[in-house]
Amino acid sequence: MEGLKLELKEKIIEQLNLEDVSIEEIGDDDPLFGDGLGLDSIDALELIVMLDKDYGIKLTDPKEGKKIFESVAIMATYITANRTK
Amino acid sequence: MSQTYLSYNNIISSLGFTTAQNIENISLGNSGIEKVDDKKVLQTPFYSSLIKTDQLDTAFQKLGNSIDFTRLEKMMFLSLNDVLEQSNLEITAKTGLIISTTKGNVDVLDTNSKFPKERAYLAELGKQIQQFFGFKNEAIVVSNACVSGILAVSVAKRMITSGVYDDVLIASGDIVSEFILSGFQSFQAISDAPCRPFSKNRTGINIGEAAAAILVTSQKENLSPDALEILGDGSCNDANHISGPSRTGEGLYRSIQSALKEAMIETSTIDYISAHGTATNYNDEMEAIAFNRMELGDVPVNSLKGYYGHTLGASGLLETIVGMQSLFNNTLYTSYGFDELGVSQSINVIKENTKKPLQTFLKTASGFGGCNTAVIFKKVH
Amino acid sequence: MKIENYISNYCHIRNNTVSVNGELIFKEDSNSEFADFSKKGYKQLNLSYSKFFKMDNLSKLAFLGAEYVLNATKIDADDNVAIVLTNRASSLDTDRKHQGSIQDKESYYPSPAVFVYTLPNITIGEISIKHQLKSENAFFIFDAFNADFLHAYASSLLEKEKAESVLCGWVDYDGEAYDCFMYMISKKGQRKHTTNELKNLYKNKD
Repeated sequence: MEGLKLELKEKIIEQLNLEDVSIEEIGDDDPLFGDGLGLDSIDALELIVMLDKDYGIKLTDPKEGKKIFESVAIMATYITANRTK
Repeated sequence: MSQTYLSYNNIISSLGFTTAQNIENISLGNSGIEKVDDKKVLQTPFYSSLIKTDQLDTAFQKLGNSIDFTRLEKMMFLSLNDVLEQSNLEITAKTGLIISTTKGNVDVLDTNSKFPKERAYLAELGKQIQQFFGFKNEAIVVSNACVSGILAVSVAKRMITSGVYDDVLIASGDIVSEFILSGFQSFQAISDAPCRPFSKNRTGINIGEAAAAILVTSQKENLSPDALEILGDGSCNDANHISGPSRTGEGLYRSIQSALKEAMIETSTIDYISAHGTATNYNDEMEAIAFNRMELGDVPVNSLKGYYGHTLGASGLLETIVGMQSLFNNTLYTSYGFDELGVSQSINVIKENTKKPLQTFLKTASGFGGCNTAVIFKKVH
Repeated sequence: MKIENYISNYCHIRNNTVSVNGELIFKEDSNSEFADFSKKGYKQLNLSYSKFFKMDNLSKLAFLGAEYVLNATKIDADDNVAIVLTNRASSLDTDRKHQGSIQDKESYYPSPAVFVYTLPNITIGEISIKHQLKSENAFFIFDAFNADFLHAYASSLLEKEKAESVLCGWVDYDGEAYDCFMYMISKKGQRKHTTNELKNLYKNKD
């Protein structure tokens, strides 16, 4: 799980082009959207693509994403339970 | 100052190859949207309004060899050709050409396309059209996302008013491609059913394809029976988000305000609004908010996306031409696919074809990049 | 009555060089890639605007050009500044990238963050957001820099009081080749707004 969380942080920074953010700055339970990392609606859609591409999880309802992308810890738990690759 | 008018026009779409055929289908309540299962375009079935390829190729025979031109070029050539024939206009150094498209021949980027990749350049598309019809001036290509079609009308008017041209021909068009469908799908914006603009149960957009062409002129002798005067226009940005529309409808609100100010009319004189109405949650909600901020909530409004889907760079012009016919026939056309109001502010969506004396209408559109355009038209005859 | 308009400030970004009003602002090694060059351009402006790094190359180029011109002009959010941009390659650089993501059906992952930049007018959206310009805007495509059109269109916006000033430009990004010339048309300034002046400035001849 710790390995997956680290992997997710790296991916979030790289794929969402968070130039000024380092892995250490993203806490496992920090909110990713809103006041946290300040991600927006396109980032959320991009994370849906990442779930599909890297973990074989298809989300069809963007509203589902809202709950899953709350924090790195919640994402990791969800991916562990649902991944197909 | 000289007035500018919309005159002879054409629509090439799934509902017909002339404006008259399109209007007949709309008045009969026929939508061009169907379920399409074509793995070459998209892996999963989708709803779209497509032009029949064999019909397009047959119609194109009179203009050229079908295999030498892309699908979009054939559509746009046919549309513009019809307008030139109807108007009998002589192309001179004072005749402008405006091309409006969102993606042009982007489908040639596909490695399976037999056309050279240079064809994807929009100026190349402009050149094709300019040379084919013998325009003296380089084409002005408007590529401003989903407002392109109506923005082109506004640009034509501005170029005529400032004396650069006497007449401008606008040719607009976009096709349904995997490029576009896959992109909107990644935005989770595509509906898995025929679209329902402004409805409670709307689930997103359908992409459609169409070409439309029109003569914009300052010359009274070039006016068609359905001609309209362009009273005012505005294209203001939301300055809010590159894909999501403003929650307050700021850019659209300012665009309408700017058009009204120039037209020097009160909101109460507007008889009809042809809205953008893509049937995404955010777009329709934004429009309802902007119309209400302008106190236009009671004015009859429709979205034509239920007939054509979203035809991107063609939509603004196509819908303006339908609006012209609405005024000419004194008929408000049903906002196809509408059931129960699904926006937070009250708007007066047209539920059935209604005969009514109509003088003035407002056309609006909004798109990615936070762009919005509003143009106000008035009957000439 | 014709009101006289002026080119108040202008900027060139080409050949890994940024210049404002003809004066060199900074220069990078001609071998350096646009990614590094644009980052230096951003740093040089002392900005803290993380959205910049999410932009595609065309938007980065337009954003930097606008930033340098608007810095020199000093505008407020309630100034009515229109934006009119033009280029040759539209958003083809990013279009190719999006096409690449859907070409192979075995690896078919279109990215919304890429797709959104497959429209040239996103550049205008980015500039508008940064400077809160809720004003007239449009993007046009031509074969080459078209001084006649830009002159006529900007003049008509000012004449019809659709704007108080107009940020105009040519912003092209195609493959590794790029070219940006941006300028501000205002009611005050030294250089008259004429097509000849624009043609000369574009070519960087005073």
